[in-house]
Amino acid sequence: MNDSLQVVAYCCQHCAYAAADLAGGLRLQYPPALRVVMLPCTGKIDVLLLLKAFEDGADGVMVAG
Amino acid sequence: MSKICATSKEKDDSLIGAVMVVGGGIAGMQASLDLAEQGFKVYLVEQKSAIGGHMAQLDKTFPTNDCAMCTISPKLVETGRHPNIQILTDTEVQNVTGQVGAFTVAVERKPRYIDTSICISCGDCAKVCPVIIPDEFNEALSNRHAAYKLYPQAVPNAFAIEKRGIAPCRDACPAHQRAQGYIALIHDGRWEDALRVIKLDNPFPGICGRICNHRCETACNRSQVDEPINIRALKRFVTDKIYSEPRPPVERVEIKSPDHPVAIIGAGPCGLTAAQDIIKAGYPVTVFEAMPVAGGMLRLGVPEFRLPAEIIEREVADIIDLGVDLRLNSPVSNLDDLFAAGFSAVLIAVGAHEGVKLPIPGANLDGVLINTRFLRDVRLNRYERGTDGSIGITDGKPFGPNVLVLGGGNVAIDVARTAVRLGCKVSMACLEDRAAMPAHAWEIQAALDEGIVIYNDRTFEAILGDPDDRVKGVECMSVKSFSFDETGRLNVEKDPDSNHIIPCDTVIFSVGQRAGLAFIPEDAGVGLTGKKTIAINPNTFAATRPGVFAAGDSVSGTSFVIEAVDSGHKAAESILFYLQGEALERPPKPELTVVNLTRQEIDERIRRGELTRQKRIPMPEMAVGERISNFSEVEGGYDDDAAQQEAARCLACGVCSECMSCIFACGVTAIDHDMSSRQEEIQVGAVILAPGYQIYQAELSEEFGFGRYKNVISALQFERLLSASGPTMGHVQRPSDDQAPKKIAFLQCIGSRDQNHDYCSAVCCMYATKEAVIAKEHQPGLDVHIFMMDMRAYSKGYWSYFVRARERYGVQYHRSRVSMIHEDPLTNDLLLQSVDDNGVASEDRFDLVVLSVGMEISESVRSLGRRLGIELDEHGFCHTVAFNPLETTRPGIYAVGPFREPKDIPESVIDGSGAAGAAATRLSPARFSLTVSPEYPPEQDVSGMEPRVGVFVCSCGSNIGGFLDVSAVAEYASGLPYVAHAECNLYTCSQDSIRHIAEQVHEYELNRVVVASCTPLTHQPLFQDSVRMAGLNPYLFEMANIRNQCSWVHSNDNPIATQKAKDLVRAAVARAALLEAQHTVDVPVQHAALIVGGGVAGMTSALALADQGFAVHLVEKDAVLGGNLRNVTALSAGFSGNPELDPAKILADLVLKIEQNSSIHLHLQTQVINNSGFMGNFISILQAANGTRIELQHGATILATGGVEYRGPEYGYGTDERILTQQEFESLLSHPMPEIRSVVMIQCVGPAEEFCSRICCTTALKNAIRLKMINPDAQIVIFYRDIRTYGFKEKLYTEARERGVLFVHYEAENMPQVTSKDGYLVVKGWEPRLGCELEIAPDLVVLSMPVVPRPDVRELATMFKVPTDANGFFFEAHVKLRPVDFASDGVFMAGMAHYPKLIDEAIVQAQAAAARAARILCRETLTAGGRVAVVDASKCTGCLTCVRICPFNVPKIRADLSGVGGIIGAAYMETAICQGCGSCVSECPGRAIQLMHYTDNQMMAKVNALINPISLEVRRS
Repeated sequence: MNDSLQVVAYCCQHCAYAAADLAGGLRLQYPPALRVVMLPCTGKIDVLLLLKAFEDGADGVMVAG
Repeated sequence: MSKICATSKEKDDSLIGAVMVVGGGIAGMQASLDLAEQGFKVYLVEQKSAIGGHMAQLDKTFPTNDCAMCTISPKLVETGRHPNIQILTDTEVQNVTGQVGAFTVAVERKPRYIDTSICISCGDCAKVCPVIIPDEFNEALSNRHAAYKLYPQAVPNAFAIEKRGIAPCRDACPAHQRAQGYIALIHDGRWEDALRVIKLDNPFPGICGRICNHRCETACNRSQVDEPINIRALKRFVTDKIYSEPRPPVERVEIKSPDHPVAIIGAGPCGLTAAQDIIKAGYPVTVFEAMPVAGGMLRLGVPEFRLPAEIIEREVADIIDLGVDLRLNSPVSNLDDLFAAGFSAVLIAVGAHEGVKLPIPGANLDGVLINTRFLRDVRLNRYERGTDGSIGITDGKPFGPNVLVLGGGNVAIDVARTAVRLGCKVSMACLEDRAAMPAHAWEIQAALDEGIVIYNDRTFEAILGDPDDRVKGVECMSVKSFSFDETGRLNVEKDPDSNHIIPCDTVIFSVGQRAGLAFIPEDAGVGLTGKKTIAINPNTFAATRPGVFAAGDSVSGTSFVIEAVDSGHKAAESILFYLQGEALERPPKPELTVVNLTRQEIDERIRRGELTRQKRIPMPEMAVGERISNFSEVEGGYDDDAAQQEAARCLACGVCSECMSCIFACGVTAIDHDMSSRQEEIQVGAVILAPGYQIYQAELSEEFGFGRYKNVISALQFERLLSASGPTMGHVQRPSDDQAPKKIAFLQCIGSRDQNHDYCSAVCCMYATKEAVIAKEHQPGLDVHIFMMDMRAYSKGYWSYFVRARERYGVQYHRSRVSMIHEDPLTNDLLLQSVDDNGVASEDRFDLVVLSVGMEISESVRSLGRRLGIELDEHGFCHTVAFNPLETTRPGIYAVGPFREPKDIPESVIDGSGAAGAAATRLSPARFSLTVSPEYPPEQDVSGMEPRVGVFVCSCGSNIGGFLDVSAVAEYASGLPYVAHAECNLYTCSQDSIRHIAEQVHEYELNRVVVASCTPLTHQPLFQDSVRMAGLNPYLFEMANIRNQCSWVHSNDNPIATQKAKDLVRAAVARAALLEAQHTVDVPVQHAALIVGGGVAGMTSALALADQGFAVHLVEKDAVLGGNLRNVTALSAGFSGNPELDPAKILADLVLKIEQNSSIHLHLQTQVINNSGFMGNFISILQAANGTRIELQHGATILATGGVEYRGPEYGYGTDERILTQQEFESLLSHPMPEIRSVVMIQCVGPAEEFCSRICCTTALKNAIRLKMINPDAQIVIFYRDIRTYGFKEKLYTEARERGVLFVHYEAENMPQVTSKDGYLVVKGWEPRLGCELEIAPDLVVLSMPVVPRPDVRELATMFKVPTDANGFFFEAHVKLRPVDFASDGVFMAGMAHYPKLIDEAIVQAQAAAARAARILCRETLTAGGRVAVVDASKCTGCLTCVRICPFNVPKIRADLSGVGGIIGAAYMETAICQGCGSCVSECPGRAIQLMHYTDNQMMAKVNALINPISLEVRRS
C-alpha cells in the first residue's frame, strides 16, 4: 500500500479495537496508512463521521465492530 | 463510587465481611465481582500467574461463536481493577480453620520473582531470557521463556518467572555460582552476558575455570543420563572468549562513606573478593600484600602451566580498578597500627603460605625444600639452571636433578610437575595407596603421564645425608594400614623390617600448609584456634577483637579458591553490617528448594524425545612430549561449537536458569530472584471454591496414540490452533509437517462415559461441533467427521447449532466409537478403525485426529478438598445436595463450576453468582465493613479556561522507543497548539511516573492530559486516576495508542512509525483540547425487589434477598406457591426414601419459610399489570384476582415465571387415557401402582423436535428406574434420538440399562408410530441394530413432552420490556457471560422461564439472580452520568427513532417535555441506565442527541487532525 494513503478505521472499543491491540501484541505488520479511532460502539457511527473523514482527505474509511 | 447503605440487618462484629474465592476462572471471577459489588472484600486466590482459567484459552464459544477472549477480557479487566478484589496469584490454600462467618485461611504465596505492583508488562525480561520451555497456555504447541506472561491479555498485567528451584550445580557450589545461567547464555551464544552472570558471584572466573574442584559437576543431574556437564570447561570457555579481547576499562566506584576505610590484609582470592564487595558499597578499601604481586596462592602457589599469570592479573586488575588501594610488598606486622591509621575495620585474609616440614631426622639437611616456597620461587622466576643439571635459586643453594616429593595431595602433584618442567627427574612418595591419595585422579594421571614415579604406602622415617650434609635419599618403611585418632594424631601400622631407601638428592615436603600469622602480636586481642588459625564467629567472620574480621585460609586452613571467594563475600557482608552499625548475626536465609530430578522424570524426558544420550564434549589437551619442557598451559579450551554443544546438554533443572539477564533488562527493577515462598493467614467469613477442571490426560488411553502420534491432538490443542493469538496464528496445521489438513476426525467421549468415567463431561459434543464449524470456516472444503455415541446438544440454542453444523457446514456425524488408531509411519496419517450403527467395521484415513477430552478433577484439587475436610466423590467432584446445590458438606464453604459437576461456561457463571448470593446472605450484617473507596482531592473547575495540554510520551522501555523516535514525538507535540508541556518517560505507567504526571499538572498548570503509550483498554483507568489525583476531572484525559497500534505493527520502519506516532498524538491533542469535565450524579435506590413467580426459583430468590433484610414482593398468579415443584414426586438425584430429598417435604419447608419471613410480602392470585421506571427505581402496579390494585416501588426485578409441560396431539395424546406425558406418569408412580407390565416411552415429542428441552431424558430415565424398582419385571422400551444425560445424569442412563430398560434409536425419517388395535396400544418403530421393525403392545405410552414457555410470556415480556427468543424463553443479555441478566439493567431471570432446567439448576439460578439484584439493592444510591446520551429537547421532534434503536430501552418520550417548536413530548434519556453506546446519537434525524465525551465536535476535531497535519495550526492562528 502506498505510504501516503490515509485510511480511518472506526473501531468498537469492545472488539475491533481490542483486536487491533492484539495484532500489535502479536507483532503483525500492516501498512501505516491505517489509523484507528476508538468508538464506544459501532452504533455510534453516523454518516457525518464517515463523510467527515473523506472530506478531511481520507482515502478510505473502515468500520469494524 | 456510589454511596452505600447498611441494610436493615443489624451489624454483627463476629462476622467477617470478606470472602475468599479459590480459582480465578470465569466462575471465580464472577463470584468475586458479585461479592465485591455487594459490599464484601474479596481475596481471589489463583494457583497460576494470572486469572482467566480455561476460558481464556478458548478461541470461540458456542452457540454464538463469540470470540472467547473478546468476551472474557472486559471481565478480566474489571476483576483486576476492582478496589475490593485482591488477586493473590501463585497462591495455594493450605487449610481452613474456624467456622462460617469467621474462617482463618492459611495460604502459601509462592514466589513469582516479579513484583506485580511494579511490573509494567513491557516484556523486556522475556526478550532476554535464554530458557525455552513448552508453553502450557498453548498446550505445548509452542514454546515460551521462563520469564513469561501467561497470555497477552493476562490479569494481573504482569510477567512472572517460572523457577522450579535452584539447580543442584548452584547448590553444590560454595559461592553459589549460577552455572545453569551461564550455560544457558553460552547456548544462546551470549558470551558477554555469560561472563556477567559468573562475575556476579565470582570475580575470578578465568581462575576457577581452570583450577576449581567443580563440585557443581559432582552434583549435576545429567550424570543420571550419561556424564555431568563440563561446567568448569564452559566457564573457562567464556573467559577465553572474552579475554582474547583487550580488557575494557573499569569504572571507578563512587566512594560514599570516605570516613570508614577498611583494611584488608592479603591480596588473595578471599581478600580481593571482599575488597570488591566493600568498595562497591561505597567504602574505601586498602589491601596490604606482603608479596610483590597480587593474587595470593593463585599467583604463587599454583604453577603457571595450570594457571597462566595473565589471567590472574586481568581478574585482579578488574577489582583494583574499581578504586582499591593495593599496596604490594607491604607486610602488616601489627593490627594496632592499622586502627591507629584510621581504618574502621580490618579483614585478615592471609593465605596458607607456610609449608610444613615433618619433624623427622634430616629434615634440615641441605636439599630439603618446602612446597609453598618452592612453587613461589618458581613463579617469581627466581631460579636458574646449572651446568650439572642442578637448579640454582638466586638467593639459595642449588638442588636437583633427582627430586623426591613427599606427599600425595594436589599441591604435591603441582610441585612434582613443576620440577619436571625444570628438567628434574621426579618421584613422589606418600602414605596412602593410589586410590586413597588426596590428589584428584586426573591430576595423578597427568603426573604419571609426565614420567613421575609414585611410591605409595610409605612412611618417611628419616632423610639421609651424605658426609657433606647433602641429601642422598629418604629412608621409608612400608605401610600396612593407618588411621587418625580423635585428636588428629596419625597411627600407622608398618610392615616390620621393611626399611628401605629411596635415593634422591633433593626432597620437597608437600604435606600441608598453614596461614602465616606471625605478624599478630600476642596482645592484639585476636584469639587463635588449636590449629593455629584465627578464631572467629563462623556466622559473622568476626574475630574476638571488635572491628577485626578474618576469612579464607587464615580461618579454615587450606581450601579451594571458590571457598575463599565465598568467605570473602560473607566477610564483606558482615563488615558492611558492622560499618553501618547493624547487628552482625542475621536470621538464616530461607532454604531454597534444590531440584533433584528423579529417574522417572529423566526417563519421561527421554521417552518424549526431549533428551538424547550424549557424553560430554572432550577438552583438547597438549601432548605430553610437548608440555613437559615448558610452562605453557596443558589444558586447551572449547571452541564456540564445542561449547554450545556442551551447553546444550544442560537439563535446565531449575527451569529459570538464574542468568540474571532479566535483572539487567528490567527498567523498573521489578525482578527479585531471591523471593521465597511465604505463609499467610487471611480472615474471611466464607470460602468459595472454583478450582475448575483439568482435561483428561489422553495419553492414558493408549489405543488413540496421543503423545506417540504427532497428528493426534487434544481438543484444547485444536482450540489453540484455531485461535488467532495461538501458536499458528489461527491456521490449522498438522503438527507433523505444518501442512493444512484436508480430513479431520473428532473422537468423542475420550475420558468420559467409559469404564473409568461414569459421567458425561457435558461440553464435548458442543465444543467439537464448534471446532468443526470454525475449522471449516477457516478452510472451506475441509472434510470433518465426528465419531460420537449421542449428540448431547441439550441446552439453549445447542440443537439448532448442531443442525446448522450438519446441514449448512456439512460436518459429518457418525454414531460409532473408534476402537483403535494406527499411524502410517510414512505420511503420519492416521488410520481409524470403527464399527458403524449397522455393525459394519471400516477403516478410514485422516490427516489429523482431535480427541474430545473430558473433564477431570486434578489431584491438587482433590488434595485441597481433603485438606479442607469437604466430601468429594471418587472422581474428586464435590457433590452437593439438590436443595442446597452450592454448599459443600462444610457450612460456609461453597463449590462452583465444574468442581461440582462437569458444566459449561454459562452454568459456571450462574454458579459463581449463586455462591456469591449464598455467601452474601450469610454475611450480610458485615456488608461494607471491610471495603474501601478511593479518596481524591477536590476537583478543579477548568471550564472556560484556555486549554493547557500536557503530553507524556512513553518509551515503554524499548517497546516504543526501540522502534520510533519518542523524543522527536515529544518535541513535535510541544509545538502543537494548546500544548503547554511535553516530555518523554521511560515507563509512563510506572509508579513514580504516575506521581510525576500529577506533579507536572501542578507545575505547568495543565488542564488536559494526553498520554501517548500503549492501549487505553488496559491503561486508561490508571492514568485517569492519576489525573484525578492531580485535582482534574478524569474526563480531561486522552490517550494515543503508539505502541499496540504503531511501534509494534510498524516495527520495521522507524521513520514511518515516528510519523504515525506524531499523527496519533496530534489527533489526541486536538480532541483533548475540546474535552470537558463530566460529572456524575447520585440516584437514590429503592431497597425492595419485585419477584414474579412463586415456584421454586422465585421462592429461592425471595428468601435469599429477604434474609439479607431487603423487602421482597413475591407475586404469584396461582392461589398457592410451588409452581412445577408441585408436579415433582421424586428427584433424579435420588429416590431412596431420604426425606431430605422428598420434593413434597422440601416444598412445604420452603412455603413455610416464605410465610414466616417478615421481609417477604406475598401476593397470591395476583398479577403485575404495569411496570415502569429504571434500575433502582421501578414502579409496578399489581392487581389481585379481586381487582384490588397496589402500586410498588422497587429497585430490582426478578422474573421467575417458569414454564409448562407441552400438551399436544402428537402420538395420539388426548385420544387414549393410556397415552400419558412424563409429568402425568410421574404423578402415577407416586400413587399405589396398578400392575403395569409394559411401557413405551418416546422422547423428543412435538416442539422438542426443534429444540432440546434439556430435562426430558433425565426425567424419563428417573421414571423408568422408579418403575423398575417397583416392578423389576416391567418391560420398558425408550425410543430416543439422543440420550442427553449430561454430567452425572449419565449414571441414570447406566443404571437404567443395567436394570434392563431397552433403548431404541430413531431418526427424524423413522419416527415411531402409535396406533391402537383391538383395544390395545401398538407402537411400531425401526430397530436399527437388529435391522427390523419392532411392534410393541404396551400398557402405557409415555410421551416426553418438552417444557415450553407459559402462554402469557410474551405479554409479560412486553410489559417488562424484555426480549424473548424464538421459542418464547427469556433472552439473556449475553448467552455465555450474563446468563441471568436482561439487557435492561435491574431486571433478572431465574428458572424455567429462561430455559427448561432441573430443580437444582433452577435453585442455583435463583440464588444468582438474588445476588445480581442485591448488587443494586445494597447501595444507598447509584452513580449515573459520564459517557451518556443527552437530548437537546428543543431539537427533538419526538419521532421515536431513539426509542426503537436503543438496545437497552432507555429513551422515553415524556409528555412533560416540549420538543422542537414547542410541540408536546420530547425524548428523555435516564442517565442512570444509559450505557453510552451512542446508537441513538447516530440515528437521531434531528441531531438532537449528543453522547457526552464523544461529542460531534470532539470526534470531528480528532479525525480532522489525524488526517490533516496543518488543520490544528491553522485553527490556532
